[in-house]
Amino acid sequence: MKVLAIASAGGHWIQLLRLMPAFEDNEVIFISTHKSFSDTVKGHDFFVVPDASRWNKLRLIYMGFVMLKLLLRIKPDVVITTGAAPGLMGILAGKILGARAVWIDSIANVEQISLSGRIALLFADRTYTQWPNLASNKVYFNGNVLS
Amino acid sequence: MIFVTTGTQEPFDRLLRVVDVIALKIPDIKIVAQTSKSQYKVANIYLHDFLSPVEFNTLFDKAQLIVAHAGMGTIISALVHNKPILVLPRLAKYGEHRNDHQLATAKAFEKLQYLHVAYSEEELESKILPLIKGHMSCNHKIGKYASQQLIASLKNFITA
Repeated sequence: MKVLAIASAGGHWIQLLRLMPAFEDNEVIFISTHKSFSDTVKGHDFFVVPDASRWNKLRLIYMGFVMLKLLLRIKPDVVITTGAAPGLMGILAGKILGARAVWIDSIANVEQISLSGRIALLFADRTYTQWPNLASNKVYFNGNVLS
Repeated sequence: MIFVTTGTQEPFDRLLRVVDVIALKIPDIKIVAQTSKSQYKVANIYLHDFLSPVEFNTLFDKAQLIVAHAGMGTIISALVHNKPILVLPRLAKYGEHRNDHQLATAKAFEKLQYLHVAYSEEELESKILPLIKGHMSCNHKIGKYASQQLIASLKNFITA
């Protein structure tokens, strides 16, 4: 399988890296919002997208296009993200292109699933929360990024 | 040494200001801070605008206490390095974040005894001293990867 793993810089990226053992035996490609992060995934293909949030619609649209273009090139089988907005765009682009999509809501969201997560829930093949109290018939809880 | 970090996204001057004042009361302890886009000019602590991941890790390793915002990147790093961490959550009412999710995160992890929380600047000051004297420990340590359960679940999904 070709797995595309996406996360914004900071806590989202740190959470994504903690999932590495889940990707072994597959080809893994990474996307983040800061080029210096390629150092943390040496030996894997790594691409940068501009960061954007829902607070800047124009930038969000631009980032969406960059993401779609990248995915057309990568042609992943599975797209996995720990957030935030770039990850949401990534799994949406993935779905459009026929990949399976996974949203893992950040462990920072303890009271409710993030807005991006609630949007992801509409089309993702699987959505995880990292807190048992937020699990439902549509939202999986299977542990968290800590151990 | 106390390492203060506010993450790389937005400034967090409220934390810098209070630590800068506390520094005068504990002159024998070096305080090093990492922040970005700060308006506040520190007088009594060492400040870095940008730290490479290597420099960041070196400071993190050397520190006896981490004082930070309640960002998950910092919290996870503290748990991995087994460092006591005291967090001051960013609050929306001061324009430090778009919402108060850091407050909820801090409360949830405090309940698990993974970290210490200062809910105000005053509380930050009153908790720093016992923490550096080792009177309030924080011994939770985590491994390098996510829980087996989550890894297995994702693996199953990928190969399905």
